[in-house]
Amino acid sequence: MEINITLISFGYFEEYFLKNVAEAVKLEFHASVNIKEGHLDLSEFYDPVRRQYNGVKLLKEVDILFGSKDTKTLGLFSVDLFIPILTYIYGQAYLNGRTGIASLYRLSNERYGMNSNDKLIIDRFIKEAIHELGHTLGLIHCHIPSCVMRSSTYVEDIDQKSANICLKCHNEMKSILTGGS
Amino acid sequence: MAKKISILIVDDEESVRDSLYNWFIEDGYRVECAENANRALSILESDSFDIILADIKMPGMDGLEMLRRIKLLKSDSIVIVMTAFATVDTAVQALKDGAFDYVTKPFDPDDLSHLIRNASKQITLVEENENLKKKVVSLENVEDLIGKSEAIKVVLKDIESVAQSNSSVVISGESGTGKELVAKAIHSNSPRKFFPLVSVHCGALTESLLESELFGHEKGAFTGAMYNRKGRFEMADNGTIFLDEIATISMKMQIDLLRVLESKKFIRVGGNKEISSDFRVICATNRDLKGMVEKGIFREDLYYRLNVVNIHVPPLRERIDDIPLLVEYFIKKYCTSMNRPPVTIDSAALNRLEEFNFPGNVRELENMIERAIVVGNGKKISLKDLPLEKTLMTNSIESLDDLEKLHILQILNKYNWNISRAAKALQVDRVTLYNKISKYSLKHGD
Repeated sequence: MEINITLISFGYFEEYFLKNVAEAVKLEFHASVNIKEGHLDLSEFYDPVRRQYNGVKLLKEVDILFGSKDTKTLGLFSVDLFIPILTYIYGQAYLNGRTGIASLYRLSNERYGMNSNDKLIIDRFIKEAIHELGHTLGLIHCHIPSCVMRSSTYVEDIDQKSANICLKCHNEMKSILTGGS
Repeated sequence: MAKKISILIVDDEESVRDSLYNWFIEDGYRVECAENANRALSILESDSFDIILADIKMPGMDGLEMLRRIKLLKSDSIVIVMTAFATVDTAVQALKDGAFDYVTKPFDPDDLSHLIRNASKQITLVEENENLKKKVVSLENVEDLIGKSEAIKVVLKDIESVAQSNSSVVISGESGTGKELVAKAIHSNSPRKFFPLVSVHCGALTESLLESELFGHEKGAFTGAMYNRKGRFEMADNGTIFLDEIATISMKMQIDLLRVLESKKFIRVGGNKEISSDFRVICATNRDLKGMVEKGIFREDLYYRLNVVNIHVPPLRERIDDIPLLVEYFIKKYCTSMNRPPVTIDSAALNRLEEFNFPGNVRELENMIERAIVVGNGKKISLKDLPLEKTLMTNSIESLDDLEKLHILQILNKYNWNISRAAKALQVDRVTLYNKISKYSLKHGD
């Protein structure tokens, strides 16, 4: 079964950056990947007290406005996301649903007082994008350290894992896509 | 994940429920949400969850009240309370009421992972503990109940069948037969074994003392009540209470006891607060309770409440086969406690023990062996070390003829009236024995 994925960028992203992400996603899921530009008034999702953007509301909105039945859609953002219960998130997705979101905001080295590293930030974002898309394909968090589906709290956790889905998750995904579970 | 952990999220804010739901679902947990405390309690009535994550501030019933009610439904539930407005007082109150942990919203993703990981660890530990307990139960035996006679086998079978239940038990039997050991065996083979077995010797206490002993008292309840004191029922919470010599309690006490047994609730002497305690009752008596009911000196309703299961412990004279084993057991017990090398018993002494009537039952035998080890030569217990001669002399027998008659009868009974073997044991010829039987008009069955 072929997987269709649409990456929708909200806000400014370098073209080479998006292409890199799309290529990695395509290879990992053997999917056809489209890149689109999306426009949303983000002020509606801004929480002035927390000075962050509400990820729950944003995910709902992306799903309503951009979600499509036979496609897995991932909204790409560069703003700081939160969910009401947590101080921050890198991304979020509907498990076995059609939409996810991921943000670049907390992935850069500069945010943690280190030298900028363009390669590293692309690697991290690729992992986040594949991770959230994995959720939309029905995968839950994996305990294998190298698996991209492993939960990451800190950027260092993201660096520890690979950009690939482990064999166990791969089989699980195959089974979900073919209606096995 | 070995077992899919289930989580119930209780929060009035939809966005909080949604975000937690998504977060936990992605982690592979089974998750359900409730928008208020009432809904959560209704879900919990039909489904069980490993972890309950509940907000404190909710319209209607708040999280603390819900926590108390959840604890009543299932005391080992893991409840984690959350609040946006942290105060030390609410945190302390939540923990006092049995919350597993307390967190302030919003929390770091890492904190949430830690929280759930700790709770999962606790769940695993509880499960392991339960499994180990089950294993231990199957290994448990009743070491102190010595014997291989049919009579003791019946008692052991009764213990086995009654131990796992919660039923009240009355253990009947003569004084010194080991009724308390049977109670201990029931308790130590029951699911309550890790909680106390509290014994009360009802016969040793006056009515007022027994009341205070059983129900406890408040400071100033009576002269000398200088402190609050827990009663035995309270101390036996989750365990077993053993009421020895139950037949000796007064009519008033019988009424009080009946009320406690029915409600499992009571009030301390001088107090006004009702206290609940979950205990199992085991009673013992050397009297005929049924006969006492018929005479109207023991309440019938209490009798039936207590006597759900009856275990009769036979007197030692009905289980003579067990005497050698009991002797061996007591020798080992007292030699060890007195730090002496193990002693043996000669056959004459053992034979004499087997012939003896033992009105004081196993307790009397135990005392005899203890005494014999103390006064003996430290190698072998012989007839002279046993107080049997004195015991015989203290009986109502005064004349030599009566003593001879009794001794011949005992030997005849021992050898089942086999004249040849009895004559040999008595070191007389068969004719002499026949003459003696005739002289004392002895008959088989005397």
